Amino acid sequence: MTKKQIIEEIQSKDQTIGAFLSLDQDVREADPGQSAGRLADLAMAIKDNIAVKDHPLTCASKMLKDHRAGYDATVIERLRQAGAWFVGKTNMDEFAMGGSTENSAFQKTKNPKDLSCVPGGSSGGSAAAVAGGMVSASLGSDTGGSIRQPAAYCGIVGLKPTYGRVSRYGLVAFASSFDQIGPMTTTLEECESIFSVIAGEDQRDPTCMGKAYSVQTPLKDFSQLKVGFLSDLSGVAPDVAKAYQAFCQELSDAGAKLEEIEFVLPQEAVSVYYVLSSAEASSNLGRFDGIRYGMRGQGETVEAVMRDSRGRGFGLEVKRRVLFGTHVLSAGYQDQVYKKAQRYRAMLRAKMKDLFAIYDLLLMPTTPTPAFEFGAHNDDPMAMYLEDAFTVPASLTGIPAISIPYGKSQQGLPIGMQVMASHGKEETIFSVLKGLEEKFGVFGRRDSDV
Amino acid sequence: MYEVVIGLEIHVELKTKSKLFCTCSTDFGAEPNSQVCPICLGMPGTLPQVNQEAVQLAIRAGGVFGCTIQPLSQFSRKNYMYPDLPKAYQITQYQEPICTDGGIEVLREGKKTMIRLERIHMEEDPGKLMHPDYEHFSLADYNRSGIPLIEIVTKPDLRSPEEAVSFLKALRTQLEFADISDCRMEQGSMRCDANISLREPGNQVLGTKVEIKNINSFKEVQKALEKEIKRQSDLLRFGEGDKIVQETRKWDAGKGRTVPMRSKEDAEDYRYFDDPDLPALILTQGQIQAAQEGIPSETALERRQRFMEEYDLSESEAVTLTEDAVLARLMDQAAGKASSPRKVANWILTEGLRLYRSGQGFRVNARALLALLKEIESGALSHSAAKQVFEYIWEQQGTVADAIETLGLKQMSDSSQLETLVAKIVADNPQAVAEIKSGNGKAFGFLMGAVMKETKGKANPKVAKELIEAELKK
Repeated sequence: MTKKQIIEEIQSKDQTIGAFLSLDQDVREADPGQSAGRLADLAMAIKDNIAVKDHPLTCASKMLKDHRAGYDATVIERLRQAGAWFVGKTNMDEFAMGGSTENSAFQKTKNPKDLSCVPGGSSGGSAAAVAGGMVSASLGSDTGGSIRQPAAYCGIVGLKPTYGRVSRYGLVAFASSFDQIGPMTTTLEECESIFSVIAGEDQRDPTCMGKAYSVQTPLKDFSQLKVGFLSDLSGVAPDVAKAYQAFCQELSDAGAKLEEIEFVLPQEAVSVYYVLSSAEASSNLGRFDGIRYGMRGQGETVEAVMRDSRGRGFGLEVKRRVLFGTHVLSAGYQDQVYKKAQRYRAMLRAKMKDLFAIYDLLLMPTTPTPAFEFGAHNDDPMAMYLEDAFTVPASLTGIPAISIPYGKSQQGLPIGMQVMASHGKEETIFSVLKGLEEKFGVFGRRDSDV
Repeated sequence: MYEVVIGLEIHVELKTKSKLFCTCSTDFGAEPNSQVCPICLGMPGTLPQVNQEAVQLAIRAGGVFGCTIQPLSQFSRKNYMYPDLPKAYQITQYQEPICTDGGIEVLREGKKTMIRLERIHMEEDPGKLMHPDYEHFSLADYNRSGIPLIEIVTKPDLRSPEEAVSFLKALRTQLEFADISDCRMEQGSMRCDANISLREPGNQVLGTKVEIKNINSFKEVQKALEKEIKRQSDLLRFGEGDKIVQETRKWDAGKGRTVPMRSKEDAEDYRYFDDPDLPALILTQGQIQAAQEGIPSETALERRQRFMEEYDLSESEAVTLTEDAVLARLMDQAAGKASSPRKVANWILTEGLRLYRSGQGFRVNARALLALLKEIESGALSHSAAKQVFEYIWEQQGTVADAIETLGLKQMSDSSQLETLVAKIVADNPQAVAEIKSGNGKAFGFLMGAVMKETKGKANPKVAKELIEAELKK
């Protein structure tokens, strides 16, 4: 098939799903069969907050509706070099703020596994493009769970790398101290091979000092592996709890030592995450003023133009977080709220460090429930925020975490399991999970998954 | 009389090739928006990368003023929305600046007094807005966006406008001498804000301070401070001290007064926080030492003293020469090899200064100046011819020999050539000859002038004088 034919096929498949905001209609690169590299001819979907030169870069916001990227993100450059090409840009919650992709200013994306349900978010389009069989791999971005949660909801693999292991250059910033780009794929193997291409130091991102990654061999001997798991599963849906117990059992059967950890799942972790990420967002989104690019509002004075641009260009959730973030950074509140949240973050990091002094891996469900129906949390942002309870700890502490598909709910919705390791230990995650695949079958393709 | 208390905040552009967080050029005066890239335009997805050259110059500045260089400093975001600021925040250093403490000495009533520094921190410059007359739009130029600056903040140690100006001049010279900045106030590469308050003499408590912004030259520093002192002391004198409020006032150079800009209550909340895109700036002892290599150890005051003693200059001459690094350097280079440093100083301070004020640098170097002096001493060039040579070199950048050749200033020392001419002039001016003979010395000057005029200044004055005297005796 030519690239043009591939795109046409995606377009027709996407009519029921709505995963893509734009498809590359005038493919410039050579057709498949002519490129070399680790990812030769791999067709990838890219979340619409990652810069691909000359492609739209909308962040699913009216603000950037007609904006195109003038340069390639570092990850895009590396993927290109490895032979991959980019079919188009995927839908998302506006500026990556949300957990259902319902906050997109342009369209809904449906969960390919159940069209009445959301695909999760914010990387919902990237998850749905893979789950809907349009591409085998995509890139998402994860700030508080935005790769892992939609991967879980759609039954695919999604990795949030260690903070600083993948360059953020070219990712439109939401919360700079949290954001990471990561692969979302059908299989674990492909996830690993994409990660091996995008990981590693980048001069253009001073926070990226990470080491490169090379593909691991599957772990054979699990006897030295120490794994921590949660004893307290309150608030977790019964189907998810059941899958979690089965997953723990699987590791134990493989020979790993499992121990219960006292990790009281911290409601306040979610609050701390929202304080810090919104604070950073309020500053990061200041540049969208309609003056240099993006939606140009109207008005007699420059201030009026900026007000109008932002008033009409941003959606409700974005405004909510910018206002909240501005508030917690303001004089008089910064010490009480923002700095307090930072101290909590430091404390949580220390606590994680202690845990990883003992354990090689920690296991948690990715989300408390499987995918929910459209509109379920419309009137209650707090309920939506609490869906992040299991994903924010890795985001606050910067450790790597992967979500793999593991079983189904009674209604037939996919369930995701989350595996976390210490900073820079993606190697452990992949070698252990590949070891489990050798013993028990490929994740997402077992009888229990379909 | 009230005691005046002044503190200064000085922004200085660092002399780097590229901007603070990207590789765009810092050249002044380029076509608007020709020195920009996605980073300094704040395009979505871009990230800053710290320019190590700028860090080195900031450390160097700290070294020049005896500051403590902090092994760990942090960049912060100062958030505010304005069209000249593409990211809607300025990357600066807030709670953890790169340099702290230090100071600069000035003379107060003849005594050396240390003006202490609070801190020096690094930050990026915003772009520039232009508001064309009679148009309903403004234009934005982002060439300046991201140019590296240091902000030098003093403690409230200055006591008069004159002292503030001499402090600024000493600061500028030292920065120029250490190759840290060009410090051109007229190009905006050096800018100054002043905090000023008044108090009863002997009172230890500081009065209410007013910040003055938008001061664009040394002269205006003096004027703006004088005006503000007058405004505040008038209010205090008439018992209206409560009308002095903590506020920011803008210096209006055209109207010659300060006008209110914003009060303390209206002060913007910049919501500073550590920039998550930039890890802490960590410096090793090795880096700090390397950056401070070759810093001149002499302070501005020491240099002034040395010029007076070594070169036999008056205080005011020494001040003029040492307040400007270009002049001071030239003086040092030329004076060492000159038979008379005084003469070097004379040429720099008269002809040189006159042309230098046009603002294109000092266009005669030490070698040319020395060559010129040699020609004068040997009697080969008259003073007026030497002036022409000096101007020629300034304009054309040639050598002294070139200038003499091109200007046709080779002196006529050859007596036989001059003899005929002198004889003719004496014969043509019987009245002058009569006057000289009756004792009027002035008339001799008239004859000399006539010889010079005829030879277009090329006649060797000594030879001409001898010839006229001989002719008169005939």
